[in-house]
Amino acid sequence: MTDTELNKPGYEIPPEIKNQVAVTTIDRIYNWSRRSSIWPMMFGLACCAIEMICTAASRFDFARFGMEVMRPSPRQADLLLVSGTVTKKMVPQIVRLYNQMPEPKYVVAMGACASGGGPFKEGYNVVSGIDNYIPVDVYIPGCPPTPQALLHGLITLQKKIDNQTLREARWYKKGVSEVIPVPVLGPDIMDPREYELIREYSQKKSMEGQAEATAQEGVNPA
Amino acid sequence: MTEQVVLTEMDLTERFPESVKRDERKGYEGYIVKAEALLDVAKTVRDEMGYDYLSSVTGVDYLPDGLMESVYHFYRTIGGPALVLKVQTPRDQAVVPSLVSLYPGAEFQEREAWDLLGIRYEGHPDLRRILMWEGFAGHPLRKDWREPYYEEDAKPFKSRWPDGHVYRIEDKNPFHKNVDYPADFDPDKWIPDNDSSLYASLTKIQSSLSDSSLKTDTLIVNLGPQHPSTHGVFRMVVLLEGETIRALKPVMGYLHRNHEKIGERNTYLMNMPFTDRLDYLSSMSNNFGYAIAVEKLMGIKPPERAEYLRVIMAEFTRISNHLFAIGSLLNDLGAYFTPMLYAIEERELILDIFEAVAGSRMMCNYFRFGGVARDLPEGVYEKMRDLVYERLPRRIDELDLYLTNNEIIRARCEGVGVLTPEQAIAYSASGPLLRASGVPYDIRRADPYSIYDRFEFDVAVRYHGDVYDRYLVRMDEIRQSIRILQQAIRDLPEGPIQAGKPQYQVRVPPGEAYGRVEAPKGELGYYVVSNGKPNPWRYHVRAPSFVNITALETMAKGNKVADAVAILGSIDIVLGELDR
Ligand code: SF4
Repeated sequence: MTDTELNKPGYEIPPEIKNQVAVTTIDRIYNWSRRSSIWPMMFGLACCAIEMICTAASRFDFARFGMEVMRPSPRQADLLLVSGTVTKKMVPQIVRLYNQMPEPKYVVAMGACASGGGPFKEGYNVVSGIDNYIPVDVYIPGCPPTPQALLHGLITLQKKIDNQTLREARWYKKGVSEVIPVPVLGPDIMDPREYELIREYSQKKSMEGQAEATAQEGVNPA
Repeated sequence: MTEQVVLTEMDLTERFPESVKRDERKGYEGYIVKAEALLDVAKTVRDEMGYDYLSSVTGVDYLPDGLMESVYHFYRTIGGPALVLKVQTPRDQAVVPSLVSLYPGAEFQEREAWDLLGIRYEGHPDLRRILMWEGFAGHPLRKDWREPYYEEDAKPFKSRWPDGHVYRIEDKNPFHKNVDYPADFDPDKWIPDNDSSLYASLTKIQSSLSDSSLKTDTLIVNLGPQHPSTHGVFRMVVLLEGETIRALKPVMGYLHRNHEKIGERNTYLMNMPFTDRLDYLSSMSNNFGYAIAVEKLMGIKPPERAEYLRVIMAEFTRISNHLFAIGSLLNDLGAYFTPMLYAIEERELILDIFEAVAGSRMMCNYFRFGGVARDLPEGVYEKMRDLVYERLPRRIDELDLYLTNNEIIRARCEGVGVLTPEQAIAYSASGPLLRASGVPYDIRRADPYSIYDRFEFDVAVRYHGDVYDRYLVRMDEIRQSIRILQQAIRDLPEGPIQAGKPQYQVRVPPGEAYGRVEAPKGELGYYVVSNGKPNPWRYHVRAPSFVNITALETMAKGNKVADAVAILGSIDIVLGELDR
């Protein structure tokens, strides 16, 4: 970052120490260093992951934005790039990985699938978007998004980071941050926060089934 | 392979008059076999008739007839067309003897048919669900099974067409999500399976191991589904004794996107872009197989120029796929990302061509029934010519120079993960995996499709069956593909690119067809059943990655755990296709 961008509080710096000293705010220097070293988690889900690899590789090279260090471990990553179709079978793992990432953490939903189900949305094993389970910061449209689109999404994330302030950052708040409950694989995927709803629904369903059965009996008495 | 095989052509109905009859439905081929006789017939087919390669096993739910049909496609590794056997059972009692004892390659395919269609294969060694999880309600590919987002039986949905108003299906679901639960279900009482059946099948092996006098503990290690070397969301559970692999169970389904269920609701043409997303590294080849299967049903052929364009695109795809495979294999071996950068550089140039002709880098959606979607735009021909005559041969030699004789690569790859030719055939392996084991079986030669019989090229074969040979076969295949490309680009004729008018809704007469192509990863087959309606009754994909993975345990056993990664890399799987 150039002097002028970093040095925004408006102090005049004497000419003899120009280019050596910058007066800045904590927020700005903190965000600047964070946005220039976003470490994405090395984690490919589906087709979009291939474009993610291409974006990391020779031609598009997102190292230019300070993101070249892809980490396979969630404990070392800042960014969860959900690159592909999220299936019900996979979602417990993704939530667990998200929970394991240390704050500050960000989530980018790459592609139509991760954003809202994509072409496979109607499938019985497909989750309509990762935001059903974890919060998402940036959505990138496309199927797959081109490397240019992915870069644009990541730059958008950097802009978001630029605008955050320490005073309001959730990871400096008192108390422990809430862990997202890991979904359970039942007859269908179950979110532990929705157990009450599920019970109601299935009771209603069985009541309707009984009502239908009695109605049927009425039609043709045995 | 060495012994002389005496092949007899025979009419199975004469040999088994009681239990075999011809399939006489219009548009169908092969024989219908009684379930109890299947093993005998299959033995005859394999040992006397020489059909040593069981390519595909799947099922079809004939709901109106109340029948569940199990369909088998056999081939000879010396080449030639298929032999099709079918077993019909009542839907509510779908029990068929398992062929795993004769053809071990049926193992995962039978598990898939059990999982999705509920056909029980008696005598299967490990019949568990494979793509969905244990505990999932129902067998989703059955025609009377409905998903939570069910709207109508066939597309285009009335809500979108013809009046064209759209609502979000989420709004109709009480959970506003893609879920549904059975009646009278209490989530608090649910005990999730948590892979207990998987671990149980491993502990069975564990107890049978203790033969040495020295008592050692075994260890179960999970690799994946989030692991940098599993090429996506694949999981291997290995049973280790020290560092040596004693047993290995692949776990898949983490990317099961219900390709077939969606495909049976789509119209024929709607499936074309979905095939792109099977093996997303080689979408053109996927298009190819599907186009061939449906064209077989329709009885049409594309014009000359289209055939050439198809071959050109398919071979470019093979090169880009193999480059990627080699790059990631090296990645797995620890040559982190540098070879990959070289590989991706060339791949990008090929993707540029795809983008120019099809409009998209990866998801090309380029083939149509009876042709291709677009002709070459200006300047692309020259680009292709430069690439195959100048740049690619040079860069492949360069890659060869850097990698092939590298000491570390040889040390890590030679003699690792060996698959003998007999095993490779028995496990229905295909593609580079099969050919690296010394079986010169390439569908482009063995059962030529499109215009491959016009080109001069060699079938790449290597004989050691280890990781190194698989790498070498891929290198050889890149060179052969360049050879084909040089001929095809030289001879590319002028003319139309589509037989007849381009149509959105094709008419497909009733019947079945199995179309297969030599995709970069192996035999890619599409089994399509039509009942004359605008959407397929059955749409099944025989994915090479999925079947090839059957041999993984055999290859990995006895090797060190670090080699499992290299072996997996050498099969070259892609999850979109493995899980579908
Ligand atoms: S958005 Fe498209 S390219 Fe990306 S994972 Fe989904 S289907 Fe694949």
